[in-house]
Amino acid sequence: MRYIEEFRRHDLAQQLATAIRREVDPDRHYRLMEFCGGHTHAIFRYGVQNLMPANVSFVHGPGCPVCVLPIARIDHAIQLAQQEDVILCTYADLLRVPASGRKSLLRIKAEGADVRMVYSTQDALRIAHENPDREVVFFAIGFETTTPPTAVAIKQAQNMGLKNFSVFCNHVLTPAAIQNILESPELREMGAVSIDGFFGPSHVSSIIGSQPYEFFAEEFQKPVVIAGFEPLDVMQSALMLIRQLNEGRHEVENEYTRVVTREGNRKAQRLVAEVMELRRYFEWRGLGRVPYSALRVKPSFAEFDAEQRFDVPTIQASDIKGCECPRILRGVKKPTDCKLFGTVCTPENPMGSCMVSSEGACAAYWSYGRFRKSGTEQESVA
Amino acid sequence: MTMSPKRFSVRLNTRDGAVDMTHGSGGRAMAQLIEALFVKHFDNDLLRQANDQAAFDVSGGRMVMSTDGHVISPLFFPGGDIGSLSVHGTINDVAMSGARPLYLAAGFILEEGLPLADLEKIVISMGQAARAANVPIVTGDTKVVEKGKADGVFITTTGVGMVPEGVNISGDRARPGDVILVNGSMGDHGVAIMSSRENLQFETTIESDSAALHSLVAEMVMAVPGIHCLRDPTRGGLATTLNELAQQSRVGMNLYETRIPIKPAVNAACELLGLDPLYVANEGKLVCICAQENAQRLLDVMQAHPLGRQAAIIGDVVEDPHGFVQMQTSFGGSRVVDWLTGEQLPRIC
Repeated sequence: MRYIEEFRRHDLAQQLATAIRREVDPDRHYRLMEFCGGHTHAIFRYGVQNLMPANVSFVHGPGCPVCVLPIARIDHAIQLAQQEDVILCTYADLLRVPASGRKSLLRIKAEGADVRMVYSTQDALRIAHENPDREVVFFAIGFETTTPPTAVAIKQAQNMGLKNFSVFCNHVLTPAAIQNILESPELREMGAVSIDGFFGPSHVSSIIGSQPYEFFAEEFQKPVVIAGFEPLDVMQSALMLIRQLNEGRHEVENEYTRVVTREGNRKAQRLVAEVMELRRYFEWRGLGRVPYSALRVKPSFAEFDAEQRFDVPTIQASDIKGCECPRILRGVKKPTDCKLFGTVCTPENPMGSCMVSSEGACAAYWSYGRFRKSGTEQESVA
Repeated sequence: MTMSPKRFSVRLNTRDGAVDMTHGSGGRAMAQLIEALFVKHFDNDLLRQANDQAAFDVSGGRMVMSTDGHVISPLFFPGGDIGSLSVHGTINDVAMSGARPLYLAAGFILEEGLPLADLEKIVISMGQAARAANVPIVTGDTKVVEKGKADGVFITTTGVGMVPEGVNISGDRARPGDVILVNGSMGDHGVAIMSSRENLQFETTIESDSAALHSLVAEMVMAVPGIHCLRDPTRGGLATTLNELAQQSRVGMNLYETRIPIKPAVNAACELLGLDPLYVANEGKLVCICAQENAQRLLDVMQAHPLGRQAAIIGDVVEDPHGFVQMQTSFGGSRVVDWLTGEQLPRIC
């Protein structure tokens, strides 16, 4: 597996660890937020935290698309799946996300709803093509990375003349979420969280480019380093962030040059712009109503928009009591600060969305690191 | 398994015929199915007696018994099929006690409409696997359910075997200081199944590792009768099996990622699908835990056997009240290797 193993090399990790140790100022703390769940996963899976000095800590951000989806949207999807003749196609992680009334897509599937796990939008299109007398709804979620495939699917459905395919669109936008975190009162006034710098998303940035982060770096005076998802990428980017902080710089730097350009993927951007438009508001779990933070299907493609195609009432739902997912997603709390973590909320029986996806901070803490809190401090939650 | 004494006027149409409800009705069609497929391809003295049970003599000692249902989809996959898998699976479950497997029983649930050609292929494969393993299928049962009530064919096999004297292998016998071995590369079966799934087609050269491990176990037990634990890491993969053993024995484990054999193609497929090979199923692999002083001897014996050429020592058992399985990653960090959560891929065996 060339081009992957190179980014997981032990000897290079040791060299980077030494370089980071040399670079850090022992008198200060470095709190670096990785926005993406992909980074969270890499940090835990490869044990990157162990290789960091004690005064460098990772703050896990809201970049797990499953985690930020509010309960109301899952409830909405459940209602769609329960409509007559509907086949709801979804990515696997969503199946287990808890919804209102102790429901989940997995549970209603067991009760008879036709919910199918797919690996790509192409599978959903195929199912629609093979079942012309059924309504196939694709439950689309994700940041900018998964949006172009959804846009492509809608265009393909149009070209194929499919009359039974629609998309329940929940695509969200990274820059809006980062801005929301940086503007949150906890960060700006209360001083509850201090985030010194950001690891910029890797796959998202391959689509949107590095340019959209330049505003944050300038406006909020925080360094951003666009980082690849391999563990060496994370370490190299940590070193770059620490250097910027030590030198008092706040720039957008790109560690992931093998994929990300300043402009991003123009073709993908055009495709998305053709099929989708900004929502005025979108409700995020953890961040609340964030203006211009999500996309919906354009009116000219209304027949492929499940929200317009099916008459489902707007749903109001609240998070589970005691669940700290909202604060964990903003980096205000750690999974181990939540009373439910490891007691009633485990991957087998998730109460909050952060415990569902392997990219969720709680699931990653539980599966890969629950025996230690932050590098040196031992703890036990078993 | 009953058998009609009469010959049948029309041959069983294994070219383009299909299973129908009469094949499970207890009448002549069922008798023909049994004679023309099961008896023909499983052929052995006990089965030919055509009783509803098989009677055989056993020597004194400890007997083990195990049963395993097989519902794999698809029925045919690179490196095997549901037939050979159902033989290997139960032989391995019996063998993981250190026992020598003696006999198998097989129960078939057939779905109406299953092509008889497919059933014949499966039965031939079962017969070959049983003969190769020298563990005959001596009794069985056939039922047919309506179309849509099953998925082609489900096979339950039950096996019995005898444990050699002085052998006491159990999941609760791992002790701090023990050594953990595996007999080869992890994740081959799961990846082979995934590559042949309808909605997941990708090209790979990986074949299922489905194999009967009793001859390997026999040599291991002969070399080191005091083996503490043996288990085949099937569903849930190596990670889940080690967590089971850690919990049963109330110990912790330390693994070394660099020592765990994983084929590059399996790693690549897992990378693509977002899976962790430590959680991917195996059907011809075993985990062995033994005292440290026996580890090298066992490793030599395993590596000398065709099913253990890639055998490796992958970690050790430690004291840990939490029962955590931890791993030194090849990257140089460390992490917990937890139980499998949810389902990586349904119906893999």
